[in-house]
Amino acid sequence: MTDISAKAAAPSASSGSVLLTLMKLRTFIALIAVLVFFSIAAPNFLSAANLILMAKHVALNAFLAMGMTFVIITGGIDLSVGSIVGLCGMVAGYLVLNGIDLQIGYTVYFNVVEIALITLGVGILIGAVNGLLITRLNVAPFIATLGTLYVARGFALLSSDGRTFPNLVGKPELGTTGFGYLGAGRVLGLPVSIWILVVVALGAAYLARYTPLGRHIFAVGGNERAARISGVRINMVKMFVYMFSGFCAAIVGLIISSELMASHPATGESFELNAIAAAVLGGTSMSGGRGTIGGTIVGAFVIGILSDGLVMMGVSSFWQMVIKGLVIIVAVVVDQAQRRLQSRVTLMQMAKVG
Amino acid sequence: MSSSTGHDVILKLEDISKVYAGTVAVKHANFEVRKGAVNVLVGENGAGKSTLMKIIAGVEQPTAGRILLDGTEVSFSSSGDAVGRGIGMVFQELNLFGNLSVAENIFATRELTNRFRKIDHKQQERRATEFLEQLEAGIRPDMLVEDLRIGQQQLVEIAKAVSLDARILIMDEPTSALSAAEVEILFKVIADLKARGVAIVYISHRLEELIRIGDYITVLRDGRITGQEEMRNVDTQWIVRQMIGSDAKDFAKADGHEPGEEVFRAEEICLPRVTGGLAVDHVSISLRTGEILGIYGLMGAGRSELFDCIMGRHGQASGRIFIDGKPVKERDTTRRIKRGLALIPEDRQREGLVSILSAASNLTLASLSRFVSLFHIRGGAERQAVAQMVRELSIKVADPAQEVSSLSGGNQQKVVIGKALLTGPKVLLMDEPSRGIDVGAKADVFRTMRKLSRNGLGIIFATSDLDEVMALSDRIAVMSNGRLTGMFDRAEATEAAIVAASALGHGPVHGEQHR
Repeated sequence: MTDISAKAAAPSASSGSVLLTLMKLRTFIALIAVLVFFSIAAPNFLSAANLILMAKHVALNAFLAMGMTFVIITGGIDLSVGSIVGLCGMVAGYLVLNGIDLQIGYTVYFNVVEIALITLGVGILIGAVNGLLITRLNVAPFIATLGTLYVARGFALLSSDGRTFPNLVGKPELGTTGFGYLGAGRVLGLPVSIWILVVVALGAAYLARYTPLGRHIFAVGGNERAARISGVRINMVKMFVYMFSGFCAAIVGLIISSELMASHPATGESFELNAIAAAVLGGTSMSGGRGTIGGTIVGAFVIGILSDGLVMMGVSSFWQMVIKGLVIIVAVVVDQAQRRLQSRVTLMQMAKVG
Repeated sequence: MSSSTGHDVILKLEDISKVYAGTVAVKHANFEVRKGAVNVLVGENGAGKSTLMKIIAGVEQPTAGRILLDGTEVSFSSSGDAVGRGIGMVFQELNLFGNLSVAENIFATRELTNRFRKIDHKQQERRATEFLEQLEAGIRPDMLVEDLRIGQQQLVEIAKAVSLDARILIMDEPTSALSAAEVEILFKVIADLKARGVAIVYISHRLEELIRIGDYITVLRDGRITGQEEMRNVDTQWIVRQMIGSDAKDFAKADGHEPGEEVFRAEEICLPRVTGGLAVDHVSISLRTGEILGIYGLMGAGRSELFDCIMGRHGQASGRIFIDGKPVKERDTTRRIKRGLALIPEDRQREGLVSILSAASNLTLASLSRFVSLFHIRGGAERQAVAQMVRELSIKVADPAQEVSSLSGGNQQKVVIGKALLTGPKVLLMDEPSRGIDVGAKADVFRTMRKLSRNGLGIIFATSDLDEVMALSDRIAVMSNGRLTGMFDRAEATEAAIVAASALGHGPVHGEQHR
């Protein structure tokens, strides 16, 4: 009742801020909406097994989307993540099966931990190449990462001549067993990949909020010139975000080949688009400066649950694409509306103050 | 034509005012434009000249007042309207499309077409050639505008305005990028237009230029018209007097503390200009602790560029700088800030603030390392520093977590100042610290500058406001055309001497660097 009378008294101000709150929580509301919808529409949707399965699917996109979020906040874009996923999967598969031939009659085999670290290193290295192209050679992020998208994919295909590395169980005598743990292992009932996601997400969120580097990432995206004058090392910040994005992509490459116990060079095609979609859905602004890790994770869940739920309902995959596209467009439209409303509310507050 | 008011008034502004959010740019201006004459408009930066011209050209609409064209009231809702009535304008900022050819630029939005609505490039280029030949610039109509020198681009802009066949032609600082030879050509074109009865409105900072070609002069100060005369009746002194005025502003009083040891010295700072020549030309200055050094100069004098060089923002700059007598070898901004230099940039929105971050984040952006243990920002320490700065500079903000863009201009400026102070600087560089903020906030900023200097901070500030430089500085340096053209102690400085020094190096005698 009081709500109504308040609205009558100050209609524009209070309805504006209620609407604003709703809009700010839009991704969360969307998440609850898809959860409720599918738990009614799709049988077995809420079963524990299905939820865990979905979480595993979502995790893959969520990793990429986190890396993408930092990149987009600095005002860039990373199109190469899908290819890094593919290449890193191939690197891991190659090392498990073949080791490294030293050309002097010896072949070095690495254990699984070493293989994982080398693979992560490859991902970070490709990210560093992106960063160098963008900071040192002044290539536009879109073009630089488009280039590495092709290069990395090409190397992935070259590594096996386009074939799959099958059966990555490894050999006990070489110490290369245990590669499946990442994809199939469980800790406290939850898949390992989910735990890794939790750790990386918490780390990324901490970085964004509580470290100078995080603050600088936002400053670079918000106003690069002002950041430079304030003494922020722009190039270092940009190098970091692309390397982190490469790191996240390498994790995904490892997890996928571990889940399948095989590496296929075409893995990860068009993953970059899903990652961008999740980041945007989570409120990351493509013009830079705005975005949160939490929002991106929720965005990834909305997209993931939407597609899994639609599959369970038996909706044709063609319609799924249409629906996914519409959701993204609506999200951005609402985002823009929120900005406008926000600035109106701010102006009104300023006018009131004097 | 022989009588003193022999030129007919073609356009008349009556009681025109223009208000922007928070500031009044033009106040009750009455302005007459005469046919077949050069009507000169002068005033300091921010006096409202450009706003007034934009109103005439239909780019901006007046908040109050009326415009009479040939004696009948008109209102322009867009620049297209004004062009339709025969009013053309050469803008100060070049309004050209770099990716299009010269001819395409000249005929932009009124392309010459054949019967099938296809653009007739041959015809356009032929017509463009006619206009360009008048300007003797050696510009071919099929060249891309972005391949031309800035001066040549300015000539294209002029050709475009001339091609409009306008009855009234407004030129906003048309010579700012031209070489001496090009200026001569422009003046010939202007004489030609005059003979054809075109009314020319001419804005410039270069006094000797105005006196040479002007027929009528109007002086603006703080949005008000302070003088309107026939050019033959006035001299430089009169113009300067009208420009500067004598109304007192609220400057904090000097407290008479003595400056200490030398804290900063710059030697032979040079910065090459993209278009040739030097934007900063062998400038050497020194500063003592607790001293305020004012750098006066007109637009383009090289003040901001000098600051940029000192902060290490230009890789191609040369020269040496010293802090406390020790050379600063660091070449990047990050490490120069660590050495005790801090800059408050002129353009608050573009360079001073990250507008989507909070006031608090902006304040600590340059000094985050102070609040960090290992890699963690200690929130408490940061909040404490923010609160202290908000109190010290009396920044009016309800909650420092508010977005900085929601603050008023004066408070935003204080945030930028606070950001610089939190780095613990020894030398503070302030570029136009009072630009775009209201009178009360200006007084606050000036008081803050006084207080900081009393506490031993060395301050160098650049301004194009004579009052400001006279009232605040312990010493006054004057720059013109990239060079240091004068250095005065406060006691011996006079307005006339400063203005004279700021005009040195301009004008036809100088500028052989082109061709």
